[in-house]
Amino acid sequence: MQTTFIILILLLGFLITFQIAKASEYVAVMRGEEKSRKQTNKINAFLLLVFLILGLIGVYYCNEKYGGKILQFGSAASDHGHDVDNMLKITLVITGIVFVITQIILFWFAYKYQESDNRKAYFYPHNNKLEVLWTAVPAIVLTVMVGFGLYYWFRITGEAPANAMQVEITGSQFKWEFRYPGKDKVLGKKYFKAIKEDENNPLGQLWEDSTNKDDIYATGEDLHLVVNKPVRLIINAKDVIHDVGLSHFRLKMDAVPGTPTTMWFTPTKTTAQMKKELDDPDFVYEISCDQMCGAGHYKMRGTIVVESQEEFDFWMAKQKPKFYLAHPEKDPEAMKAKADSSNTNAAVVPQKK
Amino acid sequence: MSNEANMHGHAEVITHHDVHHDEHHVHHHKETFITKYIFSQDHKTIGKQFLITGIVWAIIGGLFSVLFRLQLGFPEQTFPILETFFGKWAAGGVIQPEFYYALVTIHGTVLVFFVLTAGLSGTFANLLIPLQIGARDMASPFLNMLSYWFFFIASVIMFSSLFVHTGPASGGWTVYPPLSALHQAGQGSKIGMDLWLISMAMFIVSSLLGGLNYIATILNMRTKGMSMTRMPLTMWAILFTAILGVLSFPVLLSGAILLLFDRNLGTSFYLSDIYVAGQILPNEGGSAILFQHLFWFLGHPEVYIILLPAMGMVSEILSVNSRKPIFGYMAMVGSLFAICILAFLVWAHHMFVTGLNPFLGAFFVLLTLLIAVPSAIKVFNWLTTLWRGNIRFTPATLFAIGFVSLFISGGLTGLFLGNSTIDIHLHDTKFVVAHFHIVMGVASMFGMHAGIYHWFPKMFGRFLNHTLGYIHFWITMVGAYLIFWPMHYEGLAGVPRRYLDLREWHSFNKFDDLNKMITVVSIIVFAAQLMFVFNFFYSIFKGRKVRTPNPWGSNTLEWTTPINPGHGNWPGEIPEVHRWAYDYAKDGREFIPQTEPIGPNESTDH
Repeated sequence: MQTTFIILILLLGFLITFQIAKASEYVAVMRGEEKSRKQTNKINAFLLLVFLILGLIGVYYCNEKYGGKILQFGSAASDHGHDVDNMLKITLVITGIVFVITQIILFWFAYKYQESDNRKAYFYPHNNKLEVLWTAVPAIVLTVMVGFGLYYWFRITGEAPANAMQVEITGSQFKWEFRYPGKDKVLGKKYFKAIKEDENNPLGQLWEDSTNKDDIYATGEDLHLVVNKPVRLIINAKDVIHDVGLSHFRLKMDAVPGTPTTMWFTPTKTTAQMKKELDDPDFVYEISCDQMCGAGHYKMRGTIVVESQEEFDFWMAKQKPKFYLAHPEKDPEAMKAKADSSNTNAAVVPQKK
Repeated sequence: MSNEANMHGHAEVITHHDVHHDEHHVHHHKETFITKYIFSQDHKTIGKQFLITGIVWAIIGGLFSVLFRLQLGFPEQTFPILETFFGKWAAGGVIQPEFYYALVTIHGTVLVFFVLTAGLSGTFANLLIPLQIGARDMASPFLNMLSYWFFFIASVIMFSSLFVHTGPASGGWTVYPPLSALHQAGQGSKIGMDLWLISMAMFIVSSLLGGLNYIATILNMRTKGMSMTRMPLTMWAILFTAILGVLSFPVLLSGAILLLFDRNLGTSFYLSDIYVAGQILPNEGGSAILFQHLFWFLGHPEVYIILLPAMGMVSEILSVNSRKPIFGYMAMVGSLFAICILAFLVWAHHMFVTGLNPFLGAFFVLLTLLIAVPSAIKVFNWLTTLWRGNIRFTPATLFAIGFVSLFISGGLTGLFLGNSTIDIHLHDTKFVVAHFHIVMGVASMFGMHAGIYHWFPKMFGRFLNHTLGYIHFWITMVGAYLIFWPMHYEGLAGVPRRYLDLREWHSFNKFDDLNKMITVVSIIVFAAQLMFVFNFFYSIFKGRKVRTPNPWGSNTLEWTTPINPGHGNWPGEIPEVHRWAYDYAKDGREFIPQTEPIGPNESTDH
């Protein structure tokens, strides 16, 4: 009903506009086309000036209104994030100046040099000095931007420090899975054909690789990271391309099936610190999938908690390696618990490759 | 006859027998309705066919954007009317995710390829090349006709994909595999995706046939005296556009065909290590990133395929209507050339976060930001063209000025995204959406509108209604900025693109009012475009008649033809050209057509 009403109003508005437009054509003919053309010319020139002024006010207003809702410069929660913020600031200042100047020139010229009987257009086909000027100046400015950009780029994409903690993150429609290397600090080998979700092997870990035995697996819960400790994410995808988007850390990296990627950074603020800093008790670091991955793309959400080393160790101590879930018969604790009950549901030994 | 002559001052361009009435028949073979309007080989008719097909697609693509904006602006609301029209795709009056993604995908595909490539290049290259260089028709009118009909077939296939029961392609207009390669990965990866690929293959054939024709015609069929540097900038722009298309579209074709193989023949070009929908696939050794290289090797030049014709037309229109020569003609040609070369060398800036080698990435940063130099030259030259002009604000002029404004705004945000450091943060966020809509989508659309308003009199012998034109311009101009300017802020907050509902996200759910505003404005802007379409079709039949062959006082050759030129364009001899296209305000004369010989006392500046 409401929709029909809106459509009707639009139609009516259109009919009225059209009638006015048609009438204006007849009026123009009656009053002399040249005269009415000159008048519309003046109106449009004036409107261009109005557009410039209102537009610049609008740009300012928009910044007042939404500037506070973007991620503030300096609020980045990682070391690399600060580099990104710095580059963003440099670019914003340069482009901001160019934007304001060129837009003012454009609309001011349009207004100032509107058609007038008293003026003749000026024959001015070229001026090589000017051309050189506005080739050289942008080139120099851009060199500066490229220079800063690449300096930060290589810092961000350089080798991770040797003491970096490794975590594997795997995307699939539409969830994130995490794997920590456990005590040996080595992630065990895996192979996609070994994936057996119903046998506690969702990542395809190869159990014959002994480094797999202490790897911790988690999904549907927070990814745990340690504050001020570099972390190197090893990023995988099982089915289609996903993307690990970490907006508070200002980082992003695609997860490509068949081609593992990596990304490292050092979180500099714990979740608790961020809650306090942003005055937001519900704050949570989110992992957004930033590469179109199917119908559930928009809710492929993961969360991260950044905590102190003690908190991390405490949490880690409670985790049980996936190997023991897949092989309960080899789990010392489970064996103890099950010692007296008859072991009827013997674990199936997974097919090995 | 007499009022024609005194409008001109150069009556020699008007031959005696061509001004009596509107209908001209250059005496050709007998034409039936079918050969004249359907399977026509006349470049002007083919241009109109491209334009009208493009308009139809623009309405569809625009309508789709309104539908998905409804979801984005009002995610909590239901619209029962949608269920009436779209059934299960909008069950309960809520746009379902698969439907949303199909809308986004088809919106992107259609606008980029069918409207802003075929509708823009196809229309104006066909219409203007022979008219502006002084030729009777294209080098091969028959291939030209085929070019349109391949586009038509592509359109039919794409349109039919909207009606298959699993819906059209829905993996985004970039159709990255494996999502687009695996039938199990979603509804939109089923038959709709095959149709998409076949349609694109047909489209590429169309584009190649057209492009080869444009190049051959411009290089070989210029009239006497029309040296390359005397051509209007529209011709240069279209020439470079055609070269870009001919060199890059085949790469997309190969990418699409390999994808078809992966989808249907069990090959592994793009597939490796895949476990999807509980199933382990046998494919190993392919690279999903390979497709992105192939896609963007076209995809990036494609941006310029869309933009260059608009730039050319804007240059021409600004010069004609400020009654001044375009400033820095050679620099304009040179910067078009530079953009054309660089366009091939920047594709991987779409792939900074795919795991691309950072060292390689550095080169793409450098080359990408380098494009800003020729772009800056063009902007400053346009500004200087306006300086000390005597500007007439026809709707075409306004759209051309709007183009320059949008090109500046969108071009500057390109400096954010082209810089890999910032791209890490902004990649695939709303910032990207805002950037490319302003610089490529809306700006080129403005160029196209400018072209339509400017050359409509040449196409149909009538004017568009200018009052509606002004309303159209102002609503679109204000609307474009209202829609896309604040969207940058969403991107800076990290809001990813292609999210249809932000309510679950703690980091992103603070832009409700903004999204509502954008949706409302986009509905208004869409309505304004419908008004333009109405104006277009109404004016074909009922518009104010053009009474002089050269209504804008323009120098170029198309205005030396009769008001309604027949097939062959000039009833008599093809005119000879004696000067460049931009002698406006020279030696105290308002304009000097290209056909006028250099006078004995004429100054030699230029």
